Amino acid sequence: MRDVAVIGTGCTTFGEKWNSSFRNLFVEAGILALEDAGVAGEQIDGLYVGNMSAGRFVEQEHIGALIADYAGLASHHIPATRVEAACASGGLSFRQAVIAVASGMEDIVVAAGVEKMTDVASGASVDALAGAADREWEGFVGATFPGLYAMIATDYMNRYPLTREQLAQVAVKNHYNGARNPIAQFRQEISIDTVIKSSLVADPLRLFDCSPITDGAAAVVLAPLERAREFTDTPIKVLASAQASDTITLHDRRDISTLDATVAAGRRAFAASGLSTTDIDLVEVHDCFTIAEICAIEDLGFCRKGEAGRMTWEGATALNGDIPVNTSGGLKACGHPVGATGIKQVFEVVQQLRGEAGKRQVEGAEIGMTHNVGGTGATVAVHILGV
Amino acid sequence: MAMSVARFWRKIPQRYNLVGTTCTRCGQCFFPPRSFCPDCRRAGNIVDYRFSGKGTVVTHTVIRTASEQFEQMTPYVLAIVKLDEGPRITAQLVCAPDEVRIGMRVRPVFRKIAADGKSGVIYYGTKYAPAE
Repeated sequence: MRDVAVIGTGCTTFGEKWNSSFRNLFVEAGILALEDAGVAGEQIDGLYVGNMSAGRFVEQEHIGALIADYAGLASHHIPATRVEAACASGGLSFRQAVIAVASGMEDIVVAAGVEKMTDVASGASVDALAGAADREWEGFVGATFPGLYAMIATDYMNRYPLTREQLAQVAVKNHYNGARNPIAQFRQEISIDTVIKSSLVADPLRLFDCSPITDGAAAVVLAPLERAREFTDTPIKVLASAQASDTITLHDRRDISTLDATVAAGRRAFAASGLSTTDIDLVEVHDCFTIAEICAIEDLGFCRKGEAGRMTWEGATALNGDIPVNTSGGLKACGHPVGATGIKQVFEVVQQLRGEAGKRQVEGAEIGMTHNVGGTGATVAVHILGV
Repeated sequence: MAMSVARFWRKIPQRYNLVGTTCTRCGQCFFPPRSFCPDCRRAGNIVDYRFSGKGTVVTHTVIRTASEQFEQMTPYVLAIVKLDEGPRITAQLVCAPDEVRIGMRVRPVFRKIAADGKSGVIYYGTKYAPAE
């Protein structure tokens, strides 16, 4: 297999983008990425796009060809493939692109993610997102997505020492980072009080424990490492690409509070790269809810089970902490256009490793990790990137 | 989102009467039913099995923001219940939000689950009530 590098990245701002359509979002991110890489459209050998549910959100399927067309590439007939794994669609799109380049089948490959979520009423988007879980045996009986993560939180808080304030600190920390990120949906800091006095969505999770409904797109350009310097002076190497699956329902998991797919994908990524948690300078984890960040930190191995709350409270996961987590603001503050999130995580890590993250720069960052979850943990993608 | 009559009808034995499956080779019970034993795989032998429905609450929440079909029922209690025969399921509990506890014993009750608007299909199924 060939070594693979990221040679360019682009991302739209995230938010409720009333003026942007599904196809405009993608084109904007794609152009930014191609310009960053110094690549012309006709040089692209393949395109992968992560998208969870355009069918439900904008009643549009056949996303691969649509996007290639509106990117102005129809006459080049490039292979364009949609990748779907609920909220992990972006992470899997990146992984498919890595595999395509590593295998030698394709050289210059775009991995993208896009979701347009605000063209339907919020009840309809809640229902579409519930499709990431088991429609017949979770959604049918009235389980919402926040409800499933709330049941993880109830189980976790019954078994481990996690206080309401520690859980809220995840959101406070991510809003602090989001306030320093020009693409973030929420660019303001919040207090513990903001979180614990917000309305209950699914006990014990409150509104500020939840990531928002977001429109956005992100794209990155990959090339074989041996060709990367034709395009950029700052190629970022893909040191590991790992993926794992688990039961589709939360209730069938071995342990309600442990995402075994995160554990498996994390271990595979560390084994493939020969690295360990102490080598990682920053990590973007899938904080669709505050409790999800707590579980992710532990399941990736950055601390033992039950310790992430205290670790967060003491500042170890803050920008200047031992292991900065979600420097972008995470899904909570940067926003969560589901199919785009996995690519945005790569976008953030690349910015950090290039030293271009501005006010949220982690000093001397050389190795970063991304962790993207589909559903309540039925799919997980983990990547490690390095300078 | 509305589902076709056939899609709902097909699962009536499971939703109304808790008919799952069991593997006669290893004795594991499956609800919802599986037609392939994850442990015995092709050597397994799957037959129908009717669950008692009795179980214990493993974890729970109170849904306060729901999808369109369930909006009018909020707040409602949702739980993961471990059935006495082994498998865990997700279900609504028929009790007040402050009544639910981890470890609470529950029994099945036949209830309306949801409906497709005022003139569409009414979906029935099993909810769980405190057993003590």
